[in-house]
This record gives sequence, C-alpha cells and structure tokens, in this order.
Amino acid sequence: MNKKDYIIGKIDTAAGKVPVISTVWSNSDLISTIKVRWAIGRMNYKVKQGFYAIGTPDENSDIFVSANFKLSFDHLRKALHDMNAWVLVLDTKGINVWCAAGKGTFGTKELTYRIKAHELDKIVNHKNIIVPQLGAVGVSAHEVKSKTGFRVIYGPVRASDINAFVNAGYKATPEMRKVSFPLKERMKLIPVELSYGKYYLLFIPALFFILSGINSKGYSVDLAWTTGGKAFVNLFTAYLCGSVLTPILLPWIPFKRFSLKGLSIVWVLSILLFYFNFFGNTITEIISWFLITGSISSFLAMNYTGTSTFTSLSGVQKEMKTALPMQIGFAALGLIGWIIKRFI
Amino acid sequence: MNGLTYLKNVVTLSLDIQKCNGCKMCTIVCPHEVFIIKDKKAFIDKKDLCMECGACEKNCPQVAISVKSGVGCAAGIINGILRGTEPSCDCSSSNAKSGCC
Repeated sequence: MNKKDYIIGKIDTAAGKVPVISTVWSNSDLISTIKVRWAIGRMNYKVKQGFYAIGTPDENSDIFVSANFKLSFDHLRKALHDMNAWVLVLDTKGINVWCAAGKGTFGTKELTYRIKAHELDKIVNHKNIIVPQLGAVGVSAHEVKSKTGFRVIYGPVRASDINAFVNAGYKATPEMRKVSFPLKERMKLIPVELSYGKYYLLFIPALFFILSGINSKGYSVDLAWTTGGKAFVNLFTAYLCGSVLTPILLPWIPFKRFSLKGLSIVWVLSILLFYFNFFGNTITEIISWFLITGSISSFLAMNYTGTSTFTSLSGVQKEMKTALPMQIGFAALGLIGWIIKRFI
Repeated sequence: MNGLTYLKNVVTLSLDIQKCNGCKMCTIVCPHEVFIIKDKKAFIDKKDLCMECGACEKNCPQVAISVKSGVGCAAGIINGILRGTEPSCDCSSSNAKSGCC
C-alpha cells in the first residue's frame, strides 16, 4: 500500500519547498479509518508532523493546525476541499487533538516550536493561526501570542464546520462551539469499546466454561458444555449491555451514574435470561448470576465515561468511590455463590 | 441533549469576577457553554455541565479561572491508582491503546 498517497506535489515558499496534500480520501484512507475504529494496527496510524499546503496557497492564506493522528489530519484536509490553505501538523504522538491537548502534547510548547521551526513568519504576511477549539485544553492563546507574535483563532470543534466558519468571517456559531454526543457518534465508537473489553470477553467465559464441568462427583465434560454454554450466553449479555447497549441508550437510561446505567440495563435483560432458565433453578445460582452480570455490565459502562464527552474528573471520582467497591463485591459474591452451587 | 449530563455539584470550577476583563475567551473555548457574558463580565452559567477539561483556565489571560482539570475517565483513574500517578488516559504503557480517547 502506498503509505503517503495523500502527498500530491510540492510548492515553493520563502522557507523552502512544502508538500502539497490532497483533499480527497483514497480507498486506503477509508479502509484505514475503519481499521482504526476496530483498533487494528492503531500504533501505525500517524502522519508525519510538519507543514503542508492545500491547493495553491500564498502569503495571505490561512494556516490551520492539526494533530498527527491520521484521522484528525484526514478530516481537516477533507474539510479544506476547494480552498487554498496551509496546514501545520503538530507531533502529538499519533493521538487526536482533544486527547493530545489533555496530555499536553498538543500544546503551547509544541505549537510555538513549530511556528518557529517552519518559519511561518516568512511564509505568510499575516499573524493569524487557526487552532481547533478542542486544542484549547493544551494551548494557551495569550502565551502563544507573546512567544511568537501569532494570534490564535479558535476554529470550530468539528472540521466539517470550517467552511462555514471561514465564510462567516472566522466566527463560530454557538452550535459550532459545542461538543455534542449524538447517537451516530456513540455508534461509531462502539467498536472501540468492544475491542477494549475483548480480553474480558475471552478470558472470563473460558474460566466459567472450565469451572462449569466441576460437580460433587468430579469433572463432567457434558456438564461443561451445558452449564458452560449457558454461562457464555449470560456473560456475553453482560458484556453487550456494558459496551453496546449502555452507549446507545445513554441519554435515555434514567440514571446519571454510568455504573447504574450499566447495572439497570443488564438487570432488565437478566430477568429475561432468568425467565428462559439461563440462570439455573436454585436461588443461590440465580442470585449469583444477577450479581455477576451486574458487576460486569456496571464496570464496562463505568469505563464508558472515558469515551463520553461530558463527564468530569471530580464526577467520575465521586462515582467510583461507591461503584468500584460495589462491582468488586458483586463479582466476588456472585463467583463464590456460583462455585458453591457446583458442589451442592 | 438533556439526558447527556453528569453528576451535580461536584465540579471544581471557579471564577474570580474581580479579575475578569470580559475578553470572552472562556465562552469561546468552553465546549459545553458553561460561561455567559453579562455586563462585560464572565459568569458561570451552567456549572454542572463543566467537564473540567481546563481550556478556560489555560486561555484566561487574567488568570481569573481555576479548575482542577483532568480526564473524566474511569479507566484512566484506575490507571492512576495502580501506578500511583495522576489520573491519565495514557493507557499505552505497553503497546496497546485502550478505548479511552
């Protein structure tokens, strides 16, 4: 695969040659976008940091800043279609703008370094640089101004609004400034959640499957298949509730705490599993299963705070103070109950 | 969207209105419309919507805003506890990256 097929030429500037990039996605760009969501080879998903041109920019053209996570870069160049502009790509170690800004790699230091290193003051005759709004977590506009003379203009949150932003005289509407988290966005990130939980998905059912064969008379392979099969369905349901259903139904589940969102939704489905006899027929086993599915879904749902766009550190810490002991307690009690049942 | 709000009364955001010069930078960088401008001064309007990202504090030239910023991410907090560091989304101690951001 041609790794840098987005570079389509070179342009001469007062500070040397600058690569020109395409604003159209190739098939390989599209494929790698899908792959990155499924966490396949994510470590290779970088573009080279540096200074690029779009179209035939000159000394009056705008400068847009991006991260060297390829998805961020791809969305920006696509949004700049039919424009003449400069693109400054910061070295964020292949992380997207918002997260890199949180870590500080998309920050004042890297931005001032690159403004100077690429001699932007020679290439353009204005002093404006357009930074994505979410970069503000790491960039201090007044510090950049005092260190480089360049004035940071915060662009819209989403690259797709850039055209409207520029046409409105570099003004973003309140809508363009807001981070939303619509259903489409939540669906898009489900693969990321699924691959995050994949080790639980493999390890825990395997453990249950092996343990399922144990009974008071020794070990039975038949029992491992029947009981283990049911255990697999129960565990998979819990995993699905925490990683898929909670994200999809997020605004409609009537609890603020993510752990309770995950818990409530899995218990609704657990009633079905119980009804269809997947939870066994003794009270110990039934209660154990409610505790186990509850703890798994609750934990995975709680981890979704990291993907969501509106939870605060203080809030998550407060939630975890009660949720984590509950999840550990449920898992331990459930597992003990379920194992005891094997021997009765 | 109404259903997409988090816990109430936990956020560490504060604003010193004496220092504020009404430059509006906080209203520009905030991703959740927490601030409004009234009579040429900023006000915290929707405090519970704050996600403590820290953009306002970082971009306030008057140093009027303070917030204990960090990642609102359970996995990141667990990471921090396990490693004895601040909560961090940086789950890439090995080569694997987790689902967080």
